[in-house]
This record gives sequence, structure tokens and C-alpha cells, in this order.
Amino acid sequence: MSSISIDKSVAMGLKDLLGYLLDSDKVDSVLTMRRIPETGAWDLALITDSGNLGEAEPLAPVMTVNAGKELSSLSLSGKRIAAVLKPCELRALIERVKREQGSLQNLLTISHTCSGVFPLEQAADGSMNELLPKYEKVASMGEVPSSVRDTCKACQHFIPVHPDIMLASAGAQRPGEGCVLYLEGGKAEEALREFRGVRDDRVFDPSSLDRTAAARKKERDRLFARVENDCSGLDGLLNVFGKCVGCHGCSRVCPICYCALCDFESMNFDYNLPYFEEHLSRRGALRLPPDTVMFHLGRLTHMSFSCVGCGMCSDVCPVGIPVAAVFSRTGERTASLFDYVPGRSLTEEIPVMVFKEEEFSELG
Amino acid sequence: MNRQTDTEFTPKIVGFLCNWCTYAAADLAGTSRLKIPSTFSVIRVMCSSRIDHNLLLTTFFKGADGILVAGCHPGDCHYGEGNYYARRRFALLKKVMEVLDIDAERLQLSWISAAEGHRYAEVVGKFTEKIRELGPNPIKGSTRF
Repeated sequence: MSSISIDKSVAMGLKDLLGYLLDSDKVDSVLTMRRIPETGAWDLALITDSGNLGEAEPLAPVMTVNAGKELSSLSLSGKRIAAVLKPCELRALIERVKREQGSLQNLLTISHTCSGVFPLEQAADGSMNELLPKYEKVASMGEVPSSVRDTCKACQHFIPVHPDIMLASAGAQRPGEGCVLYLEGGKAEEALREFRGVRDDRVFDPSSLDRTAAARKKERDRLFARVENDCSGLDGLLNVFGKCVGCHGCSRVCPICYCALCDFESMNFDYNLPYFEEHLSRRGALRLPPDTVMFHLGRLTHMSFSCVGCGMCSDVCPVGIPVAAVFSRTGERTASLFDYVPGRSLTEEIPVMVFKEEEFSELG
Repeated sequence: MNRQTDTEFTPKIVGFLCNWCTYAAADLAGTSRLKIPSTFSVIRVMCSSRIDHNLLLTTFFKGADGILVAGCHPGDCHYGEGNYYARRRFALLKKVMEVLDIDAERLQLSWISAAEGHRYAEVVGKFTEKIRELGPNPIKGSTRF
């Protein structure tokens, strides 16, 4: 473990780092959030020419796509990529690597403490820009900004787990600290050997975020209580998921749902006339498209234990179903069956891929 | 003949039975002339680990009042360890249903070996009674799902 201090803001220091990595040919490209000046729109961009880094906003509190999802497929190209990831994106990446959907071999992961991201709607309509100063102020005080995604407010994993390079962003810094890069492992040491800054052996002190952790816990309890109240029993299930239009957008943006052919999009759920007739003869009415509620239960069972709570699913839902809140709450409970924490470690096996001989004896 | 009145509820139960143990036990129960409720429908699978969540969810959403998954005892799987995986998956589905407070008790997992014809009849009988007490699956009559 070592650290490098740069006498600049965290955002500027990070941009310098990205420029250095490209110019000194330590990586082939960098993956970062970017803001398009002509339109004000945000996107995630892969940049190979440091001349294009001017538009980069690596710490932008926006997630247009879970970068862990994008990066995992890019990581198999063999190109060396330095990626700036939010903690949940890094966890998503780890989950995907465990599923053999990516590799860490050619990646340099850079992550930072996170205060949450704005819902996509506000990023798209520009209202986020007005809220940004307040967000930054609140975040720097270690509190939870009210304008971020619900699951961000409730997130307990806002300190990244073992990135190659870590940064303490707003709220996690000491006053006047500047930009400190905490390096973990030989890959980072090697890549940053010639990078200019004051070298030290400082280690990130998470106690600076105790206050944030307490506030987040309160938000989490509040969110989960709301889900428990709204989404309980069959009536609750209908109440929450009954609005589903069956677009499957939530599973398309989900970093964990990687199956090339989802069972729900396969022939197994491709209904035909005999099915409709049989169903109608028994019940007299049929909701179309069928099985939209069941789809969510299926996903909950298939992958909730790996849910990293990034909140993409809720953001893309056209009818405003709080998918992420239900998945976070359920996921926490399903993962705890196996003492599993998604994205915590590469060596922690995916729960459904292993078993213990002595377990769940109460079931049968 | 079942002397059943119109108001009496006869549970519709679907059993997913592994080919090597529980299906053989069902066979044994039959040849031993043990009484099995006629509304218990059997689906034979090659291994309990063949049973995907979506099979069980589909069965539940189509209106089955109860679902029994049964296979070889732990350690006795014909394929070595299939039932251990099946158990984990079953635990997951059960947990999801518990967390969302939806009728998790309509799902049961049992281990019944090929020699346990009597146990098979007993498990099916008891489970049928349990479901009878729970009443019909509310999804069965609903047009909302």
C-alpha cells in the first residue's frame, strides 16, 4: 500500500492521472463519464487520445449505464483499460468476472467514495445542473444528498472494495487535503511509477465516513420499511409490479443479468393461441402480455443475491416501479442466506454454483 | 369415488419427482396399493437439480395449490451432488417468497428414497392435508397476474 498526493482538487488530479496513463502508454484507453458541451448530455466514454480528456468528468454523479457491465465485455478485448468506476460498478464488474463475463487482467480499476448519482431523468432534462451545487455541499458535509437515486441514499457500500487505485471524494477528505491516490497492489505501483506527486504510505481512513454510514443506514431502514409495507403479499406484489408493461428494460440494464438468452425471452415464455385459449377457458380474462409479475419474481430468485443496488433498473422503468428498492431489500436477505456480499471478493463463490453438505436441513 | 361435496376444497398439488429415487418410491407406493390423493399430479424429472425456479413459479402462477419437490436423500443423488444444488435453489426461492410474504408454505422439499414407498404416501398425504388447511391458491381465480 502506498499513496500519492497531488496539490489539486480530486477531479483535476484524477484527470491528470488519466492523461498520464494515456500519454505514457500505460493503458490503451480510459473509461470515464463525459459531458458533451454542445448538448450538456452525459455519457460513458472510452477515450484513447488524451486530447479528448477535456470533456471527461470522471467523478460526475451520473450513471447512464452501469460501467461495470460495459467494462466486463471490453475487458476481454485484450486492450489495457483504465476505468473510473463507482463502487457499485466495481462490484458489478467483480460479479461479472466471477461469471466469466470479463477479466481483470488488463484492467486498472480506479474508484472513489461515492455520494450517489442523480436519477437519469434529472441528468437528461438538465435539472441536475441546478441541484449540483447543493449536492456537492451536502456531500462534502458527509450527509446524504436528497436528490440522488433512492438506492444510492440507502447504499451501504459507498467505499470501493479493493480497486487498484482509490480516491477519497467529497465528504471523505480532510480539509485542504487535495487529491490523494491510494494504490493497492503491484499493478497500480507499476503503472504510476513515473507519475508526479508526493509519495507516502498513507492508508485511507474509513472512519471519516462514520457519519455518512449512520445517515445511510437510516435511509436504508426507511426505504426497506417502505418496500416491506408496499410490496408484501400477493396484493402488494400486484400493487408494485402490476404496472409492469413487460419491456424487460430492467433486466437489459442490469449488470448482473448477463444471460445472452434470458429464459423469459425464450420459447418457454412465447405464448401461443392454444395457451391463451386454455387460460381463458379457466379464468375468463387474461392480462397481456402475460406473466409480467412473475418475471420479477423469477429475476429476484435468479440474481437478487448478486444485486449491487446500482439503481439502473428503477431509473429505466417507464412506469416508475421501484425495482431497485425491492431487489436491494430482497437481495440483502437472499445473499445473507449464504453469508454472501456481491462484489466483495473474487474468490467468494456465487451461491448457486456451490453447496455445503450440511445446510438447510430444515427444508427437507 | 371421492364423496366430495361442492364446497369441499380438494387441493391441486404438483409434484416434481426425481427419476431415480422419489419417482421409484411413487411406483412402489402404487404397487404396494397405498392410497395417494388423486389430485396429486406427478412430473418426472431426471434429477431434482433439473428444477429451475421458473418451473416452480410457473406452476404456482398457473394456480397449483401446492408444489412438492422431491428427490434422493442428501449424499444419495444418482449423479453425486445434484440434490445439494437443488436444495440451495429451493432455499433461494423460498426465501424470496418469505421476504415478499407470498405463500412460501405452499412449497415443500422432501427427500424420499426408492425404497420409501410408505414415506412417499405419508409425505404426499400430509402435504395435501396442510394445503387443504391453507385453502386454495388465491392466484387460481385471479385475472390480474
